[in-house]
Amino acid sequence: MPRYFTDEHEWIDVEGDSATVGITDYAQEQLGDIVFVELPDVGAMLEKGGDAAVVESVKAASDVYSPITGEVTEGNSALEDEPALVNSSPEEEGWFFRMTVGDTDELEGLMDDKGYKAFVDNL
Amino acid sequence: MRYLPLTDTDRSDMLAKCGASSIDDLFVDVPEVARLDGPIRDLPMHASEMAVERHMKARANRNIAAGDAPFFLGAGAYRHHIPASVDTVIQRGEFLTAYTPYQPEIAQGTLQMLFEFQTQVARLYGCAVANASLYDGSTACWEAVAMAGRVTKRKRAVLSGALHPHYSQVVKTMAQFTGDTIADAQPAIQTEPDLEGLISRIDDETACVVVQYPDILGRVSDLAKVAEAAHAKGALLVAVNTEPVALGALQSPGELGADIVVGEGQAIGVGLQFGGPYLGLFAVRDPKHVRQMPGRLCGETTDAEGRRGFVLTLSTREQHIRREKATSNICTNSGLCALAFSVHMTLLGEKGLRELAAENHRLACIAADRLEKVPGVKLLNNAFFNEFTLMLDGKPTRDIVHDLADRGVLGGVSLGRLYPGVQALDHALLVTVTELTTTEDIETLATELEGVLS
Repeated sequence: MPRYFTDEHEWIDVEGDSATVGITDYAQEQLGDIVFVELPDVGAMLEKGGDAAVVESVKAASDVYSPITGEVTEGNSALEDEPALVNSSPEEEGWFFRMTVGDTDELEGLMDDKGYKAFVDNL
Repeated sequence: MRYLPLTDTDRSDMLAKCGASSIDDLFVDVPEVARLDGPIRDLPMHASEMAVERHMKARANRNIAAGDAPFFLGAGAYRHHIPASVDTVIQRGEFLTAYTPYQPEIAQGTLQMLFEFQTQVARLYGCAVANASLYDGSTACWEAVAMAGRVTKRKRAVLSGALHPHYSQVVKTMAQFTGDTIADAQPAIQTEPDLEGLISRIDDETACVVVQYPDILGRVSDLAKVAEAAHAKGALLVAVNTEPVALGALQSPGELGADIVVGEGQAIGVGLQFGGPYLGLFAVRDPKHVRQMPGRLCGETTDAEGRRGFVLTLSTREQHIRREKATSNICTNSGLCALAFSVHMTLLGEKGLRELAAENHRLACIAADRLEKVPGVKLLNNAFFNEFTLMLDGKPTRDIVHDLADRGVLGGVSLGRLYPGVQALDHALLVTVTELTTTEDIETLATELEGVLS
């Protein structure tokens, strides 16, 4: 299953016409202890680069942007009770939401694993 | 001191920068009739300080101060007895001179006070969480409308016709800049509030319904009925209270299903104060809505050694962190007025508040019974707390209020003053009675009203 990254530190796993979105290990490290995650409603239409979610840590509240265009199909309800999952398992259990993949061409501009690592190393 | 000249070039540079071509352009939002088109008429260019003092004193003496005459004014600002100890406590230097002392390391006293204030407001309103206060009732009302929009992701608010017109105006003013649609109305002169009419205006796009409790005519709406209708359409119920003493007698809006409860806190501890500063109260019934609340929130916590302490919490909602995505532009609170409210409420206690409310209502009933016996006077309300509407024969009530003032009685607020130009309301007078009203005051009003009407 291919994983892509954005320069806003979101990751997206794509499987056919469905995708899962979360924030990267680097992002959670920068944010510190996560205390709240506001997820998009199921059925919400997201645009590539548009506001999708809000992640709140003890330091700050930050917007999470949608890596691609599509419709939200599921939110990670586990984050309601345990937002710290984003800290402990940012790229697996701490996923944010699932969405449809509207246009696979939009994935082209995103980074792969190596690209993102190089991007972070240069920050 | 440096002298900073303001040359014509400086002036035109600054105007160009903000896109105005003349100083007058900066005042385009002021209606033309209200703008001065030359020197003030009849104002001499020079007068001695003594002459000015004499002149101003003579003009000031034409006022009747609230405490100097039988007083029946309300309509959103209420005159109650405030114990002298309230002023003594709020004038302590630790409270009075400090500006926004929110740092927990140095301000545990202020923060504890705010926490207790929030607890009192939440209990009074029947809600889970109250904030540390906003500027006043009308701005709190707008903040509730804006919050309902965030919760429901809708942009239409339905205002009851019996919402205080100044509150409606504040909401409409703010909505000009947010693009919200505000459906307002005027009060219908009838015994009971027109809840069916209000409910029929709620649609699937409605974010909230705003109902005043008790309303601008002093009537008491069945909030539970409106809450049910609003919730059925996915809308929130915003309840507005302008007289917190009433909640010592009435069931709280939160218990009746209101989702956001806001109001003016001035009646408790703050006083009339020539119209301000006042105290905006804001609370939500369901704790799940807390992150959409505006304003400061104080929370209880423990310090590193496990001791109880207080801090501002959930600040990530606020402007200094969330910038333009904050829940509100208001990043402060009415600290000293909130303290006055809290001290007065603490002195009253729950039992004291209930007794105060009962006394207000008892005297209001005596007044309504007596005034109804004056020829040409009809009582509109079936039910009221300490404020009711009279329908008067003859001249518009605006004139009658002036005639009463000439006879040394501040007899009430004419609806003609609140709704200028609305003829249907010209003959209605809003009369307020509090624990400060004596039976002699009531008799004086009845006698003078009879004199004016005959």
